[in-house]
Amino acid sequence: MMKRIVAVLAAFVFLVASAPAFGLSDVYEKNILDLGSLKPVDSVLKVRVGETAPDFTLQAIDGKAVTLSGFRGRKNVVLSFVPAAWTPVCSDQWPGYNFARKLFESRDAVLVGITVDNIPTLFAWTNQMGDLWFPVLSDFWPHGAVADRYGVLRSSGVAERAIIIIDKKGMIRYIDVHDINVRPPLESIIQALDGLK
Amino acid sequence: MIRSWIIVFVFVSLLIIPNGALQAAGFSLDAGESLSGLSLPVPRDPAAKRYLGLSGSGHFTPADVTAPVLLVQIFSMYCPHCQRDARNVNAFYSLLEEDPAIRGRIKIIGIGAGNSPYEVQVFRETYGVPFPLFSDGNYEMHKKFGEVRTPFYVGLRKDDQGVPRIFFTRVGGIEKPSDFLEFLLEKSRWEVKKP
Repeated sequence: MMKRIVAVLAAFVFLVASAPAFGLSDVYEKNILDLGSLKPVDSVLKVRVGETAPDFTLQAIDGKAVTLSGFRGRKNVVLSFVPAAWTPVCSDQWPGYNFARKLFESRDAVLVGITVDNIPTLFAWTNQMGDLWFPVLSDFWPHGAVADRYGVLRSSGVAERAIIIIDKKGMIRYIDVHDINVRPPLESIIQALDGLK
Repeated sequence: MIRSWIIVFVFVSLLIIPNGALQAAGFSLDAGESLSGLSLPVPRDPAAKRYLGLSGSGHFTPADVTAPVLLVQIFSMYCPHCQRDARNVNAFYSLLEEDPAIRGRIKIIGIGAGNSPYEVQVFRETYGVPFPLFSDGNYEMHKKFGEVRTPFYVGLRKDDQGVPRIFFTRVGGIEKPSDFLEFLLEKSRWEVKKP
């Protein structure tokens, strides 16, 4: 009996203490699927700060192909991997970066959003966010290949919530594989970009 | 022995559970309820402090604000609706401040759900928000409000005893500032006396 009580109390504490909070925008109404609290990180990085970033080419929502090395010599690149469309934290993360465009541009940086969703899904989802100034790329097929190359593909097949900053020489300068349940604060990205100068 | 462990377990649990989680049930948002427990830091900015009629430091509650009506906005820098709403809210603020019959009697504050102080500052600077905004980086207040979608508005009006009581709540932005003001005046049963 006592063991049962302890088990119930433990479950209660776990659920209450780990209850996620999102502050979700009304723009999505009831179209967001809450998956609950997930394992914070579920992958092993395959890249390191100081290494040359693995090159890739992915298709953007507008149909154009975007190649990472195409930014070399011109722009610092902030890769923003997010787990999946139509999920709570992801749905508010990029609208914030969209809003903060000047903060990125004034640091000579371009943001590149990546998920493992297909193009039609990304099209419908990002339409809710307004006009995004940065490309959103689909790492759908081969499924999650780029995320896997960087070591940010979770065992469930979605990407981590990860920020990887690459300088104009193509070198990785900052990696934050963030707790998937929590949005990385904007200032951590901006501070990392300031550190490139 | 097991009972002792349970007591220790419960005690330790209460210590480690985040405040916001314990207060998840939080406020009742029904009309007539007071937001007892809503406590925010007194702004450092002298203009914001003056606007709210506060002095000193520490924390304040809606009852401390020297206005009969207080509009509390829950927003997020990351929320597209809040971004689109920002200019309308500013225009609404201007309506309040430009009308001599209303100026000083309806105040607005914004609480940035899940927004760090830096993110709140970016939002303030980008849109030139003229009223006080507060960071709620760990969602403590947002949880008390029942994790509402943003933007979310709560109108408080002080009763005869000076207790701020809810007279309306709504999810969604201010589409037309003049309509929203009319709505607010009507809902708060405000008698606007022209000078």
